[in-house]
Amino acid sequence: MQELTLHYPGGQRVTARAHVGVVGSGDCEVLVEPHDATDAVVRVRTAVDGFELIWQRVLGSFFARYPVAGRYEINDQGATPGVVSLRLRQAVAGAT
Amino acid sequence: MTDRFANDGYLGRRSVIELGARARAFALLDEGSASELCGPFDRIESPWLSAQGLVPQSDDGMVVVKGRLAGHACLVVAVEGGFHGGGVGEVGGAKASTALSLAAADSAEGRTTPAVLFLESGGVRLQEGTLGLNAIAEICDALLVLRPRAPVIGVVAGPIGAFGGMGIVAGLCTRLIVTREARIGLNGPEAIEVEAGVQEFDSCDRALVWAVDGGTQRYRTGLADALVSDSIDDVRHSVITAIAAGVPTRHRSEQLDTLHARLDGLVEIDPADLGPRWGTQFGDLPPLDLASVPWPPADGT
Repeated sequence: MQELTLHYPGGQRVTARAHVGVVGSGDCEVLVEPHDATDAVVRVRTAVDGFELIWQRVLGSFFARYPVAGRYEINDQGATPGVVSLRLRQAVAGAT
Repeated sequence: MTDRFANDGYLGRRSVIELGARARAFALLDEGSASELCGPFDRIESPWLSAQGLVPQSDDGMVVVKGRLAGHACLVVAVEGGFHGGGVGEVGGAKASTALSLAAADSAEGRTTPAVLFLESGGVRLQEGTLGLNAIAEICDALLVLRPRAPVIGVVAGPIGAFGGMGIVAGLCTRLIVTREARIGLNGPEAIEVEAGVQEFDSCDRALVWAVDGGTQRYRTGLADALVSDSIDDVRHSVITAIAAGVPTRHRSEQLDTLHARLDGLVEIDPADLGPRWGTQFGDLPPLDLASVPWPPADGT
């Protein structure tokens, strides 16, 4: 298991908590909740080690498109970049 | 999006199997009445998985929801089959057993609180060893305290089924609701194959597995009370009916005489013969009559 914490600038803020997904094969769980800071803080725990660069790319691209401040947690069980983006989108939709 | 299957009974149904644990619990209870206890944001997760390099889940794969069903207080405990195959660990197990104990305490004080268990589990989470075994014992203990006071209804929808410790829990339930996708057993097919060999039980033979463990077989041999389609509406109707039927004089698991009589004289078992031989009536447990609760309800609940 590898743990990463990444920061992105946020404009809009999440206004509610949201929880989506499951820590199951090829999927991930996303928790998002409001916090006082103006950035998006993402803590990733992933079952697959060594994909830090991919996480930076996937999350960088997501938060460039949806700059939403909040505290994010991703518990990942080998989700592909597409699944990660969809789960994040689903979480943000539920929290804004 | 227009739902062109909305008027078709089967294609227009809301599937249970396709829902996760939380969605199942919320779909069962009366709309707007459900609230989750020890939810994901309480972050009561397993301390043992991360120590072994495994990613934990924020609810430890156990969802506890309190709400109302057909207007009456009801507890729902749903196992998330997508997380470690619904394996029961220390934390998730404690959530389930504590919830059942609280329902038992409420019921003892006059606030009758039946419980519904959505079982989707291969049994104990092996990574947590004896803590998982202990969790199962605690769930069974709490269930046995609640059961004389308020019905405990097990729902096994599939696709995983209820095996190992959760197979025992299923066997202790007041009533069991199954779909034909469901499976219920003590040792799972793969465990039997690994231990006793493929000649004993071929876990790849789906027809054989479902002939032995499947929901249809469990229903036709009187080990489950209702065989319903994979639909929230049907599961809801059968659960409401099962709760309305109340606490029986003797639960299935209290009728060892019936089990002994069934096994008496059996040497070699052909699963196909068991339905006609045993029948759907189990001892003196009254059959569940789904027609006793009109459906859909007139007031729309």
